[in-house]
Parts: sequence; structure tokens; C-alpha cells
Amino acid sequence: MAKTHVTMKVNGAEVEGLVEPRTLLVHFIRENLQMTGTHIGCETTHCGACTVDIDGMSVKSCTMFAVQAQGSDITTVEGMANADGTLSALQEGFRMMHGLQCGFCTPGMIVRAHRLLKENPSPSEPEIRMGISGNICRCTGYQNIVRAIQYAAAKINGVEFQEAAE
Amino acid sequence: MNDLTPTREQREAALEGMGCKRKRVEDIRFTQGKGNYVDDVKLPGMLHGDFVRSPHPHARVKKIDDSEALKVPGVLAVITAETLKTVNLAWMPTLAGDVQMVLADGKVLFQNQEVAFVVATDRYAADDGINKVIVEYEPLPPLVDPFKSMDKDAPVLREDLVGKTSGAHGPRKHDNHIFEWTVGDKELTDAAFNKAEVKIKEMISYHRTHPSPLETCQCVCSFDKIKGELTIYGTFQAPHVIRTVVALIAKLPEQKIHVIAPDIGGGFGNKVGAYPGYICAAVASIVTGKPVKWVEDRIENLTATSFARDYHMTTEIAATRDGKVTGLRVHVLADHGAFDACADPSKWPAGFFNIVTGSYDFPTAHLAVDGVYTNKAPGGVAYRCSFRVTEAAYCIERAMDILAQKLKMDPAELRLKNFIKPEQFPYHSALGWEYDSGDYHTAMRKMMETTGYAALRKEQAEKREAFKRGETREVMGLGISFFTEIVGAGPSKNCDILGIAMFDSCEIRMHPTGAGIARMGTKSQGQGHETTWAQIIATEIGIPADNIMVEEGNTDTAPYGLGTYGSRSTPVAGAAIAMAARKIKAKAQMIAAYRLEVHEDDLEFDIDGFRVKGLPEKFMSMKDICWAAYNSVPPGMEPGLEAVSYYDPPNMTYPFGAYLCVMDIDVDTGVYKVRRFYALDDCGTRINPMIIEGQVHGGLTEAFAIAMGQEIRYDEVGNVVTGSFMDFFMPTAVETPHWETDFTVTPSPHHPIGAKGVGESPNVGGVPAFSNAVNDAFSFLGSTHIQMPHDFWRNWKAAKDLGAVA
Repeated sequence: MAKTHVTMKVNGAEVEGLVEPRTLLVHFIRENLQMTGTHIGCETTHCGACTVDIDGMSVKSCTMFAVQAQGSDITTVEGMANADGTLSALQEGFRMMHGLQCGFCTPGMIVRAHRLLKENPSPSEPEIRMGISGNICRCTGYQNIVRAIQYAAAKINGVEFQEAAE
Repeated sequence: MNDLTPTREQREAALEGMGCKRKRVEDIRFTQGKGNYVDDVKLPGMLHGDFVRSPHPHARVKKIDDSEALKVPGVLAVITAETLKTVNLAWMPTLAGDVQMVLADGKVLFQNQEVAFVVATDRYAADDGINKVIVEYEPLPPLVDPFKSMDKDAPVLREDLVGKTSGAHGPRKHDNHIFEWTVGDKELTDAAFNKAEVKIKEMISYHRTHPSPLETCQCVCSFDKIKGELTIYGTFQAPHVIRTVVALIAKLPEQKIHVIAPDIGGGFGNKVGAYPGYICAAVASIVTGKPVKWVEDRIENLTATSFARDYHMTTEIAATRDGKVTGLRVHVLADHGAFDACADPSKWPAGFFNIVTGSYDFPTAHLAVDGVYTNKAPGGVAYRCSFRVTEAAYCIERAMDILAQKLKMDPAELRLKNFIKPEQFPYHSALGWEYDSGDYHTAMRKMMETTGYAALRKEQAEKREAFKRGETREVMGLGISFFTEIVGAGPSKNCDILGIAMFDSCEIRMHPTGAGIARMGTKSQGQGHETTWAQIIATEIGIPADNIMVEEGNTDTAPYGLGTYGSRSTPVAGAAIAMAARKIKAKAQMIAAYRLEVHEDDLEFDIDGFRVKGLPEKFMSMKDICWAAYNSVPPGMEPGLEAVSYYDPPNMTYPFGAYLCVMDIDVDTGVYKVRRFYALDDCGTRINPMIIEGQVHGGLTEAFAIAMGQEIRYDEVGNVVTGSFMDFFMPTAVETPHWETDFTVTPSPHHPIGAKGVGESPNVGGVPAFSNAVNDAFSFLGSTHIQMPHDFWRNWKAAKDLGAVA
């Protein structure tokens, strides 16, 4: 099948590659760019393990073609740490609040939460739950993921993290 | 001593040992996308394999034409049963003593069964290839309903077994019959029923569901023709067993098989068994001389890899009028699908289902299980439970509620009246188990007090009156469950897999600088072993957990172990860790005695080193002992500080718990709201409370999914109608309830550190709590039992059937 040349920015770096028109973005990221943090869980846009940030929107990369991402600005989980390489507030929140177990959904969850906090820096618990409803986790029961995002929001907003009362 | 000398508390805290909420070391890589899962493994020249699958649930395969597929650019080979026959791998043994086709051999027995394996240069080309393989089928009548499988005119499914009157577990009664398993005293139990003042009988079904971890099953196989060595990376919960199975069926020397299970994205039992993908990828690598990757997609995972449950349990309890149980009788019809590929220990055809007497002191019980074949996917995995314990717990917890309803007793009171009493432990159950320890009354009463149970019952009574007066359309349910798990498989006298006894192992090597590595026979799929195993070692030998690296999943380096499933890691491997650490400690004590110039018996262990009794200033830290182990050991002693332990537990462990679910259901829409969910778990000694709580949250979420909607459903002609996350209920953060957790601690008397295991308890206890809540909500309208899953439609239907909706 004839291949198309694509260029895009991924985690701040210009990248390019030759892909078939049918190549999914997630495969381009994982196979061509060798960045394996973005995972594949369902291939039907349900689980969110493949979530990446494209031009300021959370997108399921398992149901988007690489050619559709031509010229776009993409951030994957590999671009989530602070500039100095330390864990970002969100990544730290997931660790501190035990917001992950097997870690397979975590990259998509963190990328999604990153956009959620950009859109709504102080979300309520229902807003967080709705905000991550496109991301399935099979291990944690979500409660600690919600706390992880609350922890990150507090840190980003420069306020002290306070556990909501039971 | 001065102000800078660390206090006892500071020294203890520095270890981050048992009881500490140590943050997980795994998370550093997972939060940055630096995990290494199987699909991340890329080898030079690697090919990709994909399956042609049957659209029919039951059909004869007349012809497979691969000529067009082989013309597809990138396609290198098409493997069929005929290819596999040349290497004697057309059929493989299952863990349950049956055999299973690797690729369709003459006919297919379930929808999406593997028919041919296409090998190509990339996954897109492989997919092109499978679409060009032409398979000619002759459809046969499908057998979907397990209750009809032993009918006289039922279609015969397993033609390879025709005429065989006995199978792996004794006599077969019919061509579609797999086994009958009976336990208990039938005569005594029948007698108890004959003279019972009160009896209940109910057919309680536990529907078919699926573990569906977010990462599907996958592998990369690489055969080195020069060395004659096979390397397999795979999503394996039990890597060593896979190595042995491969050695046995592929006739390769076991030392030349390297099995590596890297990070695993959830298992829940799904990744215990051996699947055709593994065999085909290995054969494809041998055929092509290149590494071959096989990655299952979600539809394949849901429709073709091992299902869970599918038990239909006719349950009877005999009791006195004042509510003392006198007998239990259960008959199970077990739908095993097309091949009996259950992941049970060899001699337990229905797993540990005989824990079905639960937490109650039944003087006598009798159990019979009939396993049958149907045209469904094979398997029967212990999905987040220890070999059919979920089914047993659901059966008895539903039945106790039904008995309470018949006796007009409060279900909590009925349970308190029948619990095994603390002084009865170790307790011998009527169906053959010895429970190690328990304090059920304390757990139950704590649950009732913390939740305000009496007030909730009062509120329910008022709401029922209001409902009858037409003032509300909501009904309220209180779902209690009290469960006893049976985990830690297992003692070799009870448990083996294909003849390999179910011990587990740990090897610890301490390096001169006081750092060390622990290698394990277990394999974490999210349970946080790298964190908790180091905590056990930290407490046992006084080296900070941060200085211990834990490594799992490489059969070349790890001691032989039976893997992680059935909540066996902490009860079995956790004990192996403690025992290996104690060997290290014993040698360290000899070294310290030599260096401190005292007799060993004059030393006492003090948090992070040895101290001379009565001379507190004479102390040698474990760190210094590690150094000494490599340069100044006592004369005649081998240098080094390492130990290995293979631990065969003397008994299972029996964690337990008391759960309560408070639920409101709108009868006009069937929509439910879980108002509260409280879970008290007793898993004995708690190694890392943070991880325990996380495991409980996760298990409860899976229980919620199963009880309230998740089901693998087939239509009447054998099509799977729940083949993707579109139709198979996967709870998100929106519908998942808030969880309240609590605990009591009753250590296991036979476990070196008293730990019992917890990962599966919330699933075992959670499902009956949800189901009992729904059933309790509707009980005042006259129903005794409504089958799961309790989705909105079924709730509405139940209300309608009971006359609550016009």
C-alpha cells in the first residue's frame, strides 16, 4: 500500500514518518516513534489507555489515523514530566495517592487528567469522575485516581491538599 | 547517645517495613510511560501473527484455502491444524486434564475459535492475510443451554471423546458430560433434611463473565535454531509453569526455554492458562526462524480466552425453626464450554467450591457438581478468586438471606447465630477443609455498629410503608455478605498443577554494601510485589526496603515458583520470603557473634542489627554484617550472604470479611443508586495498608461490575452478543460507587508472618453484598431470588413481575 509522509510535533520535537493511510495514530506513535507509553486496551475508543493530547484536546489515538494528525501538536505520557525530569504534580499525585496498580491505564489517565486540569483547574469530585469517564481502569476502583487528581490540582494551585471527608 | 542518634522509632521508620504505607516503587516507571509490557517488546526482524476465527459456534471445517492469503504482500505463512500435526501440536493438554484443539481440527466448537494462524511482516499485513483465507464450513446444530447438554438428542460436541466412559475426574454419564464431583456425607445430609423443621430450596445462578484485564493476552516467541533455544515473552501469571508445559508438549529441554513475563497490565486469572496464540507463535517462530509476536485484540479476549463462573447452583438449607442451620445440599451444573480448560489444581474438578458451607457451622453437607460441554469458549478461570470460591460464597450468602426471609429473621442475626465460633478454630468443615483462624462475630458486629445497621433497617421499614402508601417509587435494599475465602494454594498434599506441587519460592542475595536482590517465583500483575516483598525483608533482616530490589518473571534467574493467582502470593510466597530472610538472619547472627566476640546466644536482634544482651553499646548493624559476610566470616564458614526458600504451606489461609451495601432502586426505571458500600476485611497481618486498601477498592469495583451488569451472553444459536466494551459492562468513574474500608486483624497461626492474602476477598464478598441488596429491596414485594446481573432493565422487569409497575 502506498505510503504517505507525515510530520507532526510530539512532546515538543518535530517528527516525521512514512505511513499507510490506514495506519492508526497509536501504531505510528508506538511502532514508528518507538514511544511505548501510549497503550492499546480495546481498539474501540472505550478504554482510554491510548489517550494522547492533540492540539489541546484529549484524543483516543487507537481510532484516529496518523495522517489525520498531520501538522498537529501532540503530547503523550512521555511528555508529562517536569522540564527537569522530575515527576509532574499529576504523576506525583498518582504515586502519592496510590492511583494505579498494574499501570496499564495510567498513561492515558494522566494525559487525560492533564487536559482536565487545564480546562478546569479546581474540579469537584463529580467533575473529575465525569472528566475521566472515557478512561477505564480495572485495578483501582477510581477512588484513588480521583484523589490523585485532587492532589495534583491542589499542588498546581499552590494550596494545601485536603482529603475530602468520608 | 547524643541528639543525632536515631531513636528506635526513626530506625524502624527508615526500614519502611511491614505495616508501613510505603509508596510503590513501580509507580516511578508506570507514571512516566516507562513500563515494559509484552507489546513493548520488539526484536529484530520480528513478525506478527493473527488468527482466522470461526463465525460459527459449531461447524465442520470442510476445507481451508490459503492460496490467496499467501499472495498478500507481507504474508509469509499460514499455519493450520495440518501444519501443527507435523510437529504433534494440533491438540494441547489443558490444566484441567482435558485436551484442547490449538487450531480447528476437523470442526469448530465455539464462535471465534482459532482456525488458522497467519504470519506476516506487520500486523496490518497479517490482518489482510486473515481476510483472504477461505474456510468452507458445514454448520452443525449448536448447543447453548447447559441444561440441555445431557439430553438424549443433544448434539455430540466432542467427537474425540465419543465412547469414553471416563475422563480425567472419573466416570462420564453422557457424551457431553465432563465429570461429576461429589463431596460430603449424603446419607447424613439427607437425614438432616428429612427431619428438618424448615427448608429452603433455590436455583441460584452465577452467570458467565470475563476478567478482561486492560492489557489483553499476548506473547513474543523467538526460536534460536543455532542454540536450539526458545525465548518467550508473555503475559504469564505463572511463568515457570508455562516453561514446564512448553518443555513437555514441545519436547524441548527445559533449560533451553527462557520464559520472561515483563510488566503485566492486569491478569485477574485471565493469564494463568495456555492459549493457542502461544503455541502458534512458537511454532511460527520455529517455522520462519524469526521472532513472532501475537497480540490478542479486545474482541478476541472477550470471546475466546477463558471466561469465568457459569455455575448453576441448586441450593438447599435445612434448619430449625429458631434459625440454626442443620444441613446444606448443593447441586451444581457447571458450563465449561467446548474444552475443560479450567485453571484449577489437578485434583479439584470444581476448584475449592466445597468451601460452600461458608462461615457457618453446618453439622453436615453434601455437594455434587456436574461439568458439561457446550458450544461456548472454553476455560473457567478463577477470576479474582481462588478457584470457584466466588461462586461458593455467592451461593451460601444468597441462600442464607433466603432462609432469613423464610424464618422472618434479620439476615445479620441469622448469620451471627450460625457463625463458626472463635473457640472452634482450627475448624473442620463438613466438606473437608480446616479453617486456620477467624473471629467472625467481632467482624460482623463491628460492621453493624460502624454502619448504624439497626438505624438503616428502621429507615428501610419506614420507606417500605411509604412505598405501600404510594408516597415513593423507590425501594431500599440492605445487602449483607459475610464471606470466608480459602486462599494460598497450596499445600502440596492438596494442590498441584499438572503434577507440579503448588509451593512457592524466594531467593535473597545480600551484597557487600548492604543492598540486596530478591528473586521470586511469583509474578505481579499490579499487586505491587516490588514494594511489599521488600517490606517483608526489611522487617525480617533490618535492611531498608529501598535497598532491596525485587525481581520477578524471568525463569532463568528466579527460583521455580507456581506464580500469582488465587491470592496465593502473600500466603505462599510471602512465607517463602520470610523463611529465606530468616536463613539470612541466622547466618548474619553467626557472623555478628564472631565479630563481636560473643556466643550467638548472647545476641538479640534489634530492628536493624544484632546487639549483645545486657551490653547495648555492643551492636553490629546488618549493613556492616553484609560487608563482613564478604571479608571476615568465622573460620570454616562459606563467605556470602544469600538464601533460597521453597515454601510448601501446611494449610490454606482463610481471610474473611463483613460487607454491607445500601442501595435504592427506582421501580419505574430500574435505576439503582449505591448509597453506601462498607467493606471490613480481615486478611491477618497487614503488610502495606495502602496497597491492601487499593486491592479492596479494585476488587469491589469488579464485584460491582459483575453483580450489576457485566455478563458474557450468548444468543440461542451460539453467537456471543457481548464481544466488546460496547456491550460488556465496564464501570467507569461515573457509575462506580464510593468505597468505605475497614479491618480487623486475626493472624494466620501457621503463616510465618501471620498474613492471609486479600486481593480477591472484595470480589468474593462484594458480589453477594450487591445481589443481596437488590434482592432485599424487592423481598417485601414477595420475591425470594432474582438472578444476576442486576442491570436497570432486569430491576425494572423484577419490579414489573412483582406487580410494582403497571
